[in-house]
Amino acid sequence: MLTDFGNIFIFILLAAVFVVFAIFLSSLIRPARPTQEKLLTYECGENPEGSPWVKFNIRFYVIALIFLIFDVEVVLLLPWALAYKSFGIVGYLVGFTFLFVLGLGMAYEWRKGDLQWDRPKIVPPVLDIKKFDTTIINGSEPQKKASVL
Amino acid sequence: MGLLDKEFSDGNIVITKTDDLLNWARLSSLWQVGFGLACCAIEMMATSASHYDFDRFGVIPRNSPRQADVIIISGTVTLKMAQRIKRLYEQMPDPKYVISMGSCSNCGGPYWDHGYHVLKGIDRVIPVDVYVPGCPPRPEALLEGLLKLQEKIRNESTVKKSA
Repeated sequence: MLTDFGNIFIFILLAAVFVVFAIFLSSLIRPARPTQEKLLTYECGENPEGSPWVKFNIRFYVIALIFLIFDVEVVLLLPWALAYKSFGIVGYLVGFTFLFVLGLGMAYEWRKGDLQWDRPKIVPPVLDIKKFDTTIINGSEPQKKASVL
Repeated sequence: MGLLDKEFSDGNIVITKTDDLLNWARLSSLWQVGFGLACCAIEMMATSASHYDFDRFGVIPRNSPRQADVIIISGTVTLKMAQRIKRLYEQMPDPKYVISMGSCSNCGGPYWDHGYHVLKGIDRVIPVDVYVPGCPPRPEALLEGLLKLQEKIRNESTVKKSA
């Protein structure tokens, strides 16, 4: 006999088969007239320009990670807020320990400067002229100028 | 593949029931490109809103022409916009339908004489199924245009008509 999980498995199987069958059937019926214009990338009617594989700033990753922490915090705190009363003072303290650890993490990333968005200062390469203050004329000995070295 | 798409070149084959089914499916879920141009677009929005309720005819605004069946040209088509409309129309999947809404997109409207930048009718760029007159048309007029389009779809056939 089928177990309850077996019933669920059959449901999942039917769902998958139904999707494949529907896509196959509509591929039989629908008109397919591809043109170059139709296969173009949709950019609201504009000419698609450049490659979609653009580089994102790595700092977006850090922000996303920080966001994820607080996202999960909300997910975990909501059921806690609904149920902590039935666990008495211990449940209350557990929630606050969780918040405290998260606060520590927040303080850490704040201290590290991950919440700052200012760009790092670009130091352009500078040629130190005084270092190369000699001229070579026709392969002769480098003449020493009056250098300030 | 398009098994039923104008594959039969002769009118001798009778596939009326299939036609009925396909046409019924097409006419009762005419998804439109979410696309408005000028003051007609305000009337179009009013038609979509709860009072006139475009949704009861299966007209749902879509954000991409890839998912849409009908494009409502609602307003003045400038020459600049005409190129974009052409592309949007081209990017809609077949079968696709066009409703030209209002005088401007029908024939240029008030810009017929002096509109140096206005296209004198959207049918110079894309084929139009239904023209809705008015400046701008009332929502009832647009609904009428939609019903006309549904009527047109109802009489379509997958059999290629020989001329």
